[in-house]
Amino acid sequence: MATTQSPATSVRDIFDSMGYGPAPEGDAPVREWLKLRKHAFGHFINGAWTDAANSKSFDVHDPSSGKLLAKVAQGTPDDVNAAVSAARAALPAWQALDAHVRARYLYALARAVQRHARILAVLETMDNGKPIRETRDIDVPLVARHFYHHAGWAQLLDTEFAGHHGYGVVGQIIPWNFPLLMLAWKVAPALAAGNTVVMKPAEFTPLSALLFAEIAAEAGLPPGVFNLVTGDGATGAAIVDHADVDKIAFTGSTEVGRAIRIATAGTGKGLSLELGGKSPFVVFEDSDLDSVVEGVVDAIWFNQGQVCCAGSRLLVQEGVADRLVAKLRERMERLRVGSPLDKAVDMGAIVAPVQLERIRGLVAQGVSEGATCWQPSWATPTEGWFYPPTLFTEVSPSATIAQTEIFGPVLVMMTFRTPAEAVALANNTPYGLAASVWTENINLALDIAPKIQAGVVWVNCTNQFDASAGFGGYKESGFGREGGREGLWEYLKADRVATDAPPPVLDTAALGNAAKQSDDAALTPSRIHDRMTPTAVVALPALDRTAKLFVGGKQTRPDSAYSRAIRDAAGNNLGDVGEGNRKDIRNAVEAASASSWGKLSGHQRAQILFYIAENLSARGTEFASRIAALTGQSQRAGAIEVEASISRLFTYAGWADKFDGAVHDVPIRGVALAMHEPIGVVGVACPDPYPLLGLISLAAPLLATGNTVVAVPSESFPLAATDFYSVLETSDVPAGALNIVTGKRDALSRVLADHDDVGAMWYVGSQAGATAVEKASAGNLKRTWTEWSSREWLNPRDGEGRTFLRRAVQVKNIWIPYGE
Amino acid sequence: MSVTPLHTKPAAPRSTDIGGVASPVDLPIRPAPPASVDALPVRNPGFALDLDAVRSIRVNRSAVERRAATLPTRRTVKKEWQAAWLLRAISCIDLTTLSGDDTVGNVRRLCAKARNPVRGEVLHALGVENLHLQVGAVCVYHTYVATAVQALEGSGIPVAAVSTGFPAGLSPMAQRLAEVRASVMAGAKEIDIVITRAHVLTGNWLALYDEIKSFRHACGDAHMKTILGVGELATLTNVARASMVAMMAGSDFIKTSTGKEMTNATLPVGIVMTRMIREFGTQYGYEIGFKPAGGIRSAKQSLDWLILMKEELGDRWLRSSLFRFGASGLLTDIERQLEHYVTGRYAAAHRQPMV
Repeated sequence: MATTQSPATSVRDIFDSMGYGPAPEGDAPVREWLKLRKHAFGHFINGAWTDAANSKSFDVHDPSSGKLLAKVAQGTPDDVNAAVSAARAALPAWQALDAHVRARYLYALARAVQRHARILAVLETMDNGKPIRETRDIDVPLVARHFYHHAGWAQLLDTEFAGHHGYGVVGQIIPWNFPLLMLAWKVAPALAAGNTVVMKPAEFTPLSALLFAEIAAEAGLPPGVFNLVTGDGATGAAIVDHADVDKIAFTGSTEVGRAIRIATAGTGKGLSLELGGKSPFVVFEDSDLDSVVEGVVDAIWFNQGQVCCAGSRLLVQEGVADRLVAKLRERMERLRVGSPLDKAVDMGAIVAPVQLERIRGLVAQGVSEGATCWQPSWATPTEGWFYPPTLFTEVSPSATIAQTEIFGPVLVMMTFRTPAEAVALANNTPYGLAASVWTENINLALDIAPKIQAGVVWVNCTNQFDASAGFGGYKESGFGREGGREGLWEYLKADRVATDAPPPVLDTAALGNAAKQSDDAALTPSRIHDRMTPTAVVALPALDRTAKLFVGGKQTRPDSAYSRAIRDAAGNNLGDVGEGNRKDIRNAVEAASASSWGKLSGHQRAQILFYIAENLSARGTEFASRIAALTGQSQRAGAIEVEASISRLFTYAGWADKFDGAVHDVPIRGVALAMHEPIGVVGVACPDPYPLLGLISLAAPLLATGNTVVAVPSESFPLAATDFYSVLETSDVPAGALNIVTGKRDALSRVLADHDDVGAMWYVGSQAGATAVEKASAGNLKRTWTEWSSREWLNPRDGEGRTFLRRAVQVKNIWIPYGE
Repeated sequence: MSVTPLHTKPAAPRSTDIGGVASPVDLPIRPAPPASVDALPVRNPGFALDLDAVRSIRVNRSAVERRAATLPTRRTVKKEWQAAWLLRAISCIDLTTLSGDDTVGNVRRLCAKARNPVRGEVLHALGVENLHLQVGAVCVYHTYVATAVQALEGSGIPVAAVSTGFPAGLSPMAQRLAEVRASVMAGAKEIDIVITRAHVLTGNWLALYDEIKSFRHACGDAHMKTILGVGELATLTNVARASMVAMMAGSDFIKTSTGKEMTNATLPVGIVMTRMIREFGTQYGYEIGFKPAGGIRSAKQSLDWLILMKEELGDRWLRSSLFRFGASGLLTDIERQLEHYVTGRYAAAHRQPMV
């Protein structure tokens, strides 16, 4: 920037120089507030402030000057314990409130945020270093918007989320890049869903949360519903480890996310993680390049690039790369970096010296690895912690700066030749938080958006947020969504049916006639049961054969060349199954990855699932007998399980073309499409009881939604699953859609949970096994669903439905502004 | 309060900045870079119509609108900076009257205001009494060109004439050309021509190019501002393509509107047109002026436009040689704001001498 602070300040001189003068936002109200609070803060627990003088504290600084703003208490395990106890004590009354009353509280919070909008914005800017324009025009309005939106959900909770209730006490840990906005994203849905909260803000930026606590109390929020404990990572760990916390919601680095995943493994705590990113910003040659330049500014120089979804990898079609670089460099010269309270700066300060050092280190590494670094000719202010906008060109995908999240105003550019290569580059990262796609060709845009593995895709825009649209990651950017209906689910649990399944209607008198039933119109539900009931309970002779594995649509021998005998309740050998090992799992995952299943339409998937049911039905008696022989239960029980399995397949065949997404009402001229996309390859470890129904109950919802499955069937009773191979073979199931590897459940599950190409793991078994799965899942942060308590699989209310489908998909929000 | 100083050293100027240096991109037949921010631009000689370039232009409306919405929130000027910028805005006004009821009398009054746009005591209080502040031009119909030329004699303020069948531009071509020549003969130094919007709406770029080129020929030494009538061009992509054709055909300025369309100068349109000016400069090396007209009535709006020019094009477009407002009522609002700055009291329109 030229002549921005020329010494001449006479009107006459400025008339010639035409520079921008200083335009500072006043900070007096914030300074007064800090003074009133004696620059020292305790925790906010059970509606009251703890005495700051009694705590160890840490310093909070203004990043634009490095000066001390306040001293804030360092939360101890005792503080966390007190906060959790307060939240627990407040929970029953909070949950018992009428939905309308909770809605009123949320509405009061929304209004209160608006009432205090400016002091919140100024405080946030002073604490974080981001420009006042952003806190004033983006952060704080979005905070208010989030509370309004969730006041609405609170009101609608009983009707729209019937059969669900809040988790209970929720521990929430938020980062420093959007301190107040992240608080709102977490607190609003948690409270709306009837949870109570223990929140820990980031140690760099706790001040706006402290002011929010005051505001919430002023708004009349009951004591204990919202508790705030300040501190560092140790305080966060105390929340994560607290036995009486029901769910953890975390936004922050992937590294800490992994640690939390491991720490909560096997505890049964709910978990949602919103982690890092290295989001692609894809520019096709037919885009409006001048608008692309502004898009880049909003992508990587918004909040100094300290944005988890920052478009930090610029992927440009080769033919326009030089032009875009020239335009970008010219634009970068015109960016203004300076005091974040100045209303006319584009970038403020980096939050802390440690972050500044990290950015400097990564930039130096980028240079040493041979990339071309370009920065504007002007220098950043020397006081405070500033870093200039930076553009790297000549970057190879293998460069550190192309792979590592820098979390600063540093953009790396790479070129591509074709749309396919753009997608390949975009997905060439462990992360999957967001993406931006620029083209004036709607066919291209809508082709590319689904192919990029990211929770949010912005078409011809970037960094758009709204409370009505979910935000969250694919892959190692975490799981769970914030915002929208999909976000509220993260704070709700299904009311599990406590009663036993209703006994199936079996008319014994009709048994003899069952075989005569044809497919005429007389099939009432009870008759369907009749039909499936064996006409005669005849013990089949034991099949003297060894079941193989089912991988890639073929029955294959186990790699180990070992097998083991499966015995009935009386100890008789019913047959042998292959002893699957890690190589079999590897092969199965490869087959699942290569399967064409995910490319089928919902209608085609439905047809195949119906067909599997039909073919299973044709062999119903055989399967019933097998189950009876395996489990030692009656033939009748086996028949009931087969019937339930057929019905379950019908359920998901029904769902296959119906579990569609939504179009969110976001405040743009355009749409946000919330697409339900499959996760990819999903590992499934089946329960021991219900050896057929368990497998189908877990695999069918995954298949219905387009995932491919590697299943480890019931360890004790695998023969029902191995018999199922031939049903699959006769049902036009594409190779690799469903793979079955028999063997030791927990050992094979561990291999699946460790596998980086497996996107999710559903595990039903022991708590120890679940713990191992969840710990191992931290490697690639796969979505896990583990259970070790019994589930009544026969009961459709418990064993099938939307709960399963929701877990089988991830929501991708595609923002599409329009208008010519 | 203390504010961290912004930037410890000044930026290296671009070709468009004060004391400009050569653009890093070297292209043939380019004029020498301007010697100073106040140096007059080298006149655009016009170039062959490059249809491929015109047709490849794409504008994303939503993205442009986002830029337009945030531009005034990203930059602001306060206190003495605001006062100076407002004076600069006055110097860029084409003080205009284009009404059916114009008479010699009100045109003369307009010219008097053009010579002395701000009250002396306000200028004195601002310390700019020696600035010789004048507006950029006076803009009238052909009928009053002579009146205005006479009224402005000795001031150096040029007279601009709207021409070519303003505002619809649909009179016979021979008459439109004759009107241009007549205005030039009568002493107009600047001619604001209107284009046939149908050529844009039907994508007949060659016809548009030929038409503008003919007008430019008729203008001779008079500078030509090409009015696109953006409110009738349907899309921003059309606005961009028409801008590029107008510059290829030799326009000295491109101008948004006649002021008579349903929508006139909006920031999104301004962003699109200035980006085309930048693109033309990159391709051909010539600086083209920009004139938003219609609907600019408040001092705040004028600052937004100046910010747009500075951000999208650079400081040279903060001079009347490359930037004009087509306005009349704007001046009174700026005077009020200047008086407020000087006195600290909110000012009334009736205290400002009438336009």
